[in-house]
Amino acid sequence: MGLFHPGTSLVHRVPAGVKLAALCAAGIGSVFAATPVGVSAYLAAAVLVLVVARVPGRALVRQLRPVLVFVVVLAVFHALVSGPGRAYVVVGMLLALVLLATALTMTTPTSALVDVVVRVAGPLRRVGVDPERLGLLLALGLRAIPVVLGLAGEVRDAQRARGLGASPRAFAVPLIVRSLRHADRVGEALAARGIDD
Amino acid sequence: MLIEVDGVSHTYGDGPLARTVLRDVSVRMTEHRIGVIGANGSGKSTFARLLNGLVLPTAGTVRVDGHDTRTDGRAVRRRVGFCFTDPDAQIVMPTVREDVAFGLRRRGLAKHEVAARVGAALAAYDLAGHADHPAHLLSGGQKQLLALASVLVTEPALLVMDEPTTLLDLRNARRVARVVADLPMPVVLLTHHLDLLADFDRVLVFEAGRIVHDGPPAEAVATYRDLMTRDQP
Ligand SMILES: Nc1ncnc2c1ncn2[C@@H]1O[C@H](COP(=O)(O)OP(=O)(O)OP(=O)(O)O)[C@@H](O)[C@H]1O
Ligand SMILES: [Mg+2]
Repeated sequence: MGLFHPGTSLVHRVPAGVKLAALCAAGIGSVFAATPVGVSAYLAAAVLVLVVARVPGRALVRQLRPVLVFVVVLAVFHALVSGPGRAYVVVGMLLALVLLATALTMTTPTSALVDVVVRVAGPLRRVGVDPERLGLLLALGLRAIPVVLGLAGEVRDAQRARGLGASPRAFAVPLIVRSLRHADRVGEALAARGIDD
Repeated sequence: MLIEVDGVSHTYGDGPLARTVLRDVSVRMTEHRIGVIGANGSGKSTFARLLNGLVLPTAGTVRVDGHDTRTDGRAVRRRVGFCFTDPDAQIVMPTVREDVAFGLRRRGLAKHEVAARVGAALAAYDLAGHADHPAHLLSGGQKQLLALASVLVTEPALLVMDEPTTLLDLRNARRVARVVADLPMPVVLLTHHLDLLADFDRVLVFEAGRIVHDGPPAEAVATYRDLMTRDQP
């Protein structure tokens, strides 16, 4: 998921709620557009949105790199199992939706997204859900991405420094421990800021 | 501002794992700048967390301007701002401006008032140029200033800081210290950076869960150095 890149483009100026609704509509619409032509239209639309938003290409690539690896693997798999045509439809649609979601998060401040979620979830108050809490959850989730990526980098470096090879377990355990410790501290900081009151 | 810690003991856990980390601590604090020093594990952080109700005492009472942390936690947290060691854990929102605004969300302020207060805080702590930058791209010192700005924007009556400069290099530590020196509200500062305490009004020295010295900084630091160079029992 992308992080906000400030700007003044048309895409930046569309209200967050409209963008979120459009993304949802695109997600639902994708079910009915699962043809080569439909996918091409989706991809073209996604690229158009990114161009209009003037999202810097380098930032986009950096944010999408982890997803792209996954997309390539998926594409190869589908091409082998069900043929290139099917691979194009499935993977192309996935890619288009990822691009649209990235365009949303890169052109919309998180607080605006949080506000939309809080507003939309307002009626849930009656069944005991606190909309502010849902919004907070979204913000914390987005904020956690760079932190966990940073922790992962630290763990990897620590392993290299000790001359350890790539062992998934030696990587996962310290990463999980650090992430949990981080979560603990975040919880404490939230409590200190009176979030639970 | 009056902080009253009265006969406080604190034990973490129970049964065979029980661990008493504060033993019958009593202290009245009214000074503008109060330092807290002591060895690792001597109970400083636990003491600090008592002051805003993050930790409730196992025995005794803690009152901030008359509000008991046990029965009146919300009122206490509104008055007492808390700044932690690790700025990454305190920053909640992805960008600088949003994080500062976050603390004001539930205060029922008008949009323009939030914007004005946030703008003033960003300018005061040298962050205006980074307002819309992702918080994770800031330097350690800037992150700590951001965490501080996010706490101070809510205008606490007292600020408690648990080793805010420990993860920072000397330059950034000085920057944070300068900001802290100019704050209008009383500050309780825990630190291993003893030179930060030179202008303080009062310094408490903790050892094994007790306050073993309480006085002006020069004396307290001397006592602490003496304590630390003695052979371990
Ligand atoms: N949540 C907890 N549960 C159990 N034990 C704890 C907890 N928090 C702290 N302790 C223990 O209590 C003792 C005192 O901890 P505290 O964090 O108050 O010390 P400190 O003086 O701040 O030390 P440092 O200089 O290392 O920060 C330590 O031995 C610590 O292991
Ligand atoms: Mg501590």
